[in-house]
Amino acid sequence: MDHPWWGLAELAWPVLLKGTGYTLAFAVVSMVLGLALGFVVALLRVAKVPVLAQIAALYVSLIRGTPLLVQIFVIYYGLPSVGIEFSPVSAGVLSLTLNVAAYLSESMRGAIAGVHKGQWDAGLSLGFTWWQTMRFVVAPQALRLAVPSLSNSLISLIKDTSLVSVITVTELMLGTKELIAQTFQPLPLYLAAALVYWVLSASFERLQKRVELRLERAHQR
Amino acid sequence: MIRLEQLTKRFAQKHGQSVTVVDSVDLQVARGEICVLLGASGCGKTTTLKMINRLITPSEGRVLIDGADTRDIDTVTLRRRIGYVIQQIGLFPNMTIEDNITVVPRLLGLDKAAYRNRARELMALVQMDPAHFLKRYPKELSGGQQQRIGVIRALAADPPVLLMDEPFGAVDPINRESIQAEFFALQRELNTTVLMVSHDIDEAIKLGDKVAVFRQGRIVQCASPDTVLAEPADDFVASFVGHDRILKRLLLVQAGSLAEQGGEPVLSEAASEAEQRAALGERRHRALPVIDAAGRAQGYVATGRAGLQPFRAIARADEDLRVVLARLYEHRLDWLPVLDADQRYLGRVSQRQIADYLGAPV
Repeated sequence: MDHPWWGLAELAWPVLLKGTGYTLAFAVVSMVLGLALGFVVALLRVAKVPVLAQIAALYVSLIRGTPLLVQIFVIYYGLPSVGIEFSPVSAGVLSLTLNVAAYLSESMRGAIAGVHKGQWDAGLSLGFTWWQTMRFVVAPQALRLAVPSLSNSLISLIKDTSLVSVITVTELMLGTKELIAQTFQPLPLYLAAALVYWVLSASFERLQKRVELRLERAHQR
Repeated sequence: MIRLEQLTKRFAQKHGQSVTVVDSVDLQVARGEICVLLGASGCGKTTTLKMINRLITPSEGRVLIDGADTRDIDTVTLRRRIGYVIQQIGLFPNMTIEDNITVVPRLLGLDKAAYRNRARELMALVQMDPAHFLKRYPKELSGGQQQRIGVIRALAADPPVLLMDEPFGAVDPINRESIQAEFFALQRELNTTVLMVSHDIDEAIKLGDKVAVFRQGRIVQCASPDTVLAEPADDFVASFVGHDRILKRLLLVQAGSLAEQGGEPVLSEAASEAEQRAALGERRHRALPVIDAAGRAQGYVATGRAGLQPFRAIARADEDLRVVLARLYEHRLDWLPVLDADQRYLGRVSQRQIADYLGAPV
């Protein structure tokens, strides 16, 4: 009971738990919004909608070509100078969403292109519209192709949430730093934070496996 | 039924030039006919097919279905009236067989019981057990089975027109024969008008009422399979249908139809041997079949051999001449008796008759 680490654990766990809660919330919300935005961006580019497709391509290029840290700074510290202000939490969600959506849209675009062209012919020739063919024929098959690379981006997202610590959101990373400032115990606390990230990512990997198995059902003999 | 008028497709290429893939194609296919678009890869036959259901928009010319210009029909309505079978990958791998067949009425929200019954009916037509297959995924089926499902999905809505793009190309040769025969029977029963793309001359001969030979986007000959084989329009068609094209004509005639033209006398079983011998006459190597009161062949009598000889081989009326000729050679015979399903004697097919048929113009 009187080992010094017990005292540390007692002090640390409420902060770590709260931080983990924030991290998880950031990850889940940005994931859902990012998947939705990424799908729209991918659709615009696949359907070659004039103007919008070019804007989408520029967006993807900008996001992938600049560091997430810079994007967060621009949104939280830069935009207020032109009158657009965000709370730290909404700035965090916004930048994470915009960032992950760009990567997700590329995975989706590749997967949609990977579905055999004959499937489009088959769908359209049955009298489906473009959207119906996408919705009922192409997208379900593309999803199966996309899951591994979507998962890659989503696991990165879980870890990237640590970057919003720079805009004063007390998620897991900033919470841990504050604890270290009080206790001067960097090694156990950083290791604890790392462990939490790993557990979150590993749980996500298990989820990915289950989704893959489900989508694979139609493709086994 | 279907008329293509000056149908043309040009694609723009990268360096600004345009390439004409289909060039002023005229074609007419009557209701219930099968027209095979035959040609090498890249000759424009698939593009022509896709312009009919407007998966590809024509650059010039028009397509008429029952006199109506397809440009005036909205594409969804048009495509619901035209079945389309694609090579190999036409089924949706993410749906069960039942969902594949019923996908259109399901999305339209039609009466569930009706379309599920229709799926079962269609499965039975191609000799597939609905209970066994409906809940499976395409990957679980063999290539031949998948292709059958592809055909019945296209026929599910009873379309008056069916477009097929090398429908049996991916099926192994043994299954192909039976699927082709099955499809042919089904097509004759439903009286569907069919345009089929193929590069297989044998398939064109077997299934086509009409064959349109394509070369570089143009139709170089459009005629019955027999005409294409016997009188190819030019050297290209002649080499495309093969240097053994004359022998391929054997596939087009059944033993029964040649037998009826024979006109050789027959001998009655009731007659005495002396009477039979008298009828046989004095010619050497002559043989005549002997039939009973019901018209069934009992054997034959021949000069120089005593008594009734049994037939060593026979031809069935529905066998094509290629099979008959093979049998003649196999048994080293000059002729075979042709019998119908009830063993009744219809006439004979001789090597001489076959040679005459092949040598004659159409």
